[in-house]
Amino acid sequence: MVERRPWLDFLAHAILIVGLIIVAFPLYVTFIASTQTAQEVANAPMSLLPGSHMVENYLTAITSGGSGASPVGRMLWVSLVMALSIAIGKILISIVSAYAVVYFRFPGRQLCFWMIFITLMLPVEVRIAPTYQVVADLHMLNSYAGLALPLIASATATFLFRQFFLTVPDELVEAARIDGAGPMRFFYDVLLPLSKTSIAALFVIQFIYGWNQYLWPLLITTKENMYPIVVGIRRMVAGGDDVTQWNITMATTILAMIPPALVVILMQKWFVQGLVDTEK
Amino acid sequence: MEKRVVFGHKTLPYLLLAPQLLITIIFFFLPAGEAIWQSTQLQDAFGLSTQFVGLENFTDLFTQSAYLDSFKTTAVFSILVAFVGLSLALLLAVMANRVIRGATVYKTLLIWPYAVAPAVVGVLWLFLFSPAVGILAVAFNSLGIPWNPRLDSTDAMILVLISAVWKQISYNFLFFLAGLQSIPKSLLEAAAIDGASPARRFWSIVFPLLSPTTFFLLVINVIYAFFDTFAVIDTTTQGGPGTSTDILVYKVYNDGFNGLNLSSSAAQSVVLMLIVVALTIVQFRYIDRKVQY
Repeated sequence: MVERRPWLDFLAHAILIVGLIIVAFPLYVTFIASTQTAQEVANAPMSLLPGSHMVENYLTAITSGGSGASPVGRMLWVSLVMALSIAIGKILISIVSAYAVVYFRFPGRQLCFWMIFITLMLPVEVRIAPTYQVVADLHMLNSYAGLALPLIASATATFLFRQFFLTVPDELVEAARIDGAGPMRFFYDVLLPLSKTSIAALFVIQFIYGWNQYLWPLLITTKENMYPIVVGIRRMVAGGDDVTQWNITMATTILAMIPPALVVILMQKWFVQGLVDTEK
Repeated sequence: MEKRVVFGHKTLPYLLLAPQLLITIIFFFLPAGEAIWQSTQLQDAFGLSTQFVGLENFTDLFTQSAYLDSFKTTAVFSILVAFVGLSLALLLAVMANRVIRGATVYKTLLIWPYAVAPAVVGVLWLFLFSPAVGILAVAFNSLGIPWNPRLDSTDAMILVLISAVWKQISYNFLFFLAGLQSIPKSLLEAAAIDGASPARRFWSIVFPLLSPTTFFLLVINVIYAFFDTFAVIDTTTQGGPGTSTDILVYKVYNDGFNGLNLSSSAAQSVVLMLIVVALTIVQFRYIDRKVQY
């Protein structure tokens, strides 16, 4: 603080509070809608006080699903498997490829590095139809492999690990070699424990990335029992206002937000640091 | 930067790189190559035969008024997303950087929209603005402002814009806050001693020093508006009414999967690829030259 200016402090708090209200308002209304009956919600304008059907609505959503969709319990499970496979898969293949690029000299090293780098320029959105074709040819439609594998390659994660490995002192490698440790031994016993923070940060970012995937699952899942929750919600509102059971849909929305929000809030420290680092 | 001390091994590095490269080749390079190949082909209406047509798909594309309109829509949309999103986030970050009491609480409460899926964000705002049941739509109507994003193209644009900006606020906020915290306090104190008002200090010191962050966020937000808003558009307006929110990414999907016009969709994919390449190059050139962060 440079100087005392009470009215400016007051203004700062006021603006932040207005900001918070704008950010929180949709969530609040969603929660309220998820505690009311379908009639109460449809009765525009709906009341802004919690209704009494919360437990009922959430149970309906989890066990049978609203508006003719499949049960949310199943969709949450699909999302969880997908998000975890993507996050863990990305971390695994990126950490070993970054290790190879940083700690070895071999013909084609630059080429490999550039091949990984270029994937940054090819997001799913620009190659939807042909990627769908490839996955269909591999018989991976409607499978967990099809949901996760094509999204697992990660230039960002590889870069982050590369940046981190470059800051690890060379003396550690020398010491490990003098003690007779081979490359894999060094990787497990020295590098992996040192990378814990980067791994935690990447896990948060990639878990959210995986959980929030929309376009790709929308394309390759045609069976209801393979819909991740984000796609399932879309199906619930597809019919328009007349058929959408907003209370159940909103309960589902809340359920869809809880896991990633928990991950972000509980791992906030690593997440913020990791986010700022990955973009550097 | 390179390591001076490395391991010598003939096959191990290739084994370590194999999984990443395999996935990259199968799911990235093959499809991208396929998209480029398809964009030079023309398929007949029944998908029975194809012929090589060179760049005809591209010239067709750029003579279609629908495609040019989509370009215009995307440009307007991404400029608005970037401008509104960055201004709001900067305002909040400057204020959060100023307060001492409660700073962590504000930060935690502003972070969580990052965790919400774009598709879910779309559904949230669709609900709030739904003409029949939406609480905001009802409020608008009772104030005498006609509101129907299903019929009015301006309303539809406002709906997707609000959803897209809301989703991106926490990301922008975090980066601005990190940028603000790295500005040396001594500069601000010196200016205060010289009698510069808070507003003057912001425009003459903070804002210029923040420009690397701002520029970086500008590129990221444009990329976001171009590609990641697909889910927001699909859940709220599906590109409608008419084609008023039909951004390029949505058109690729729509023409390819609903319209089944694969050659045109592939040509559009290639155009999009060129746009991403250009944006990525801009982003990395900036990172090389970046002075402070």
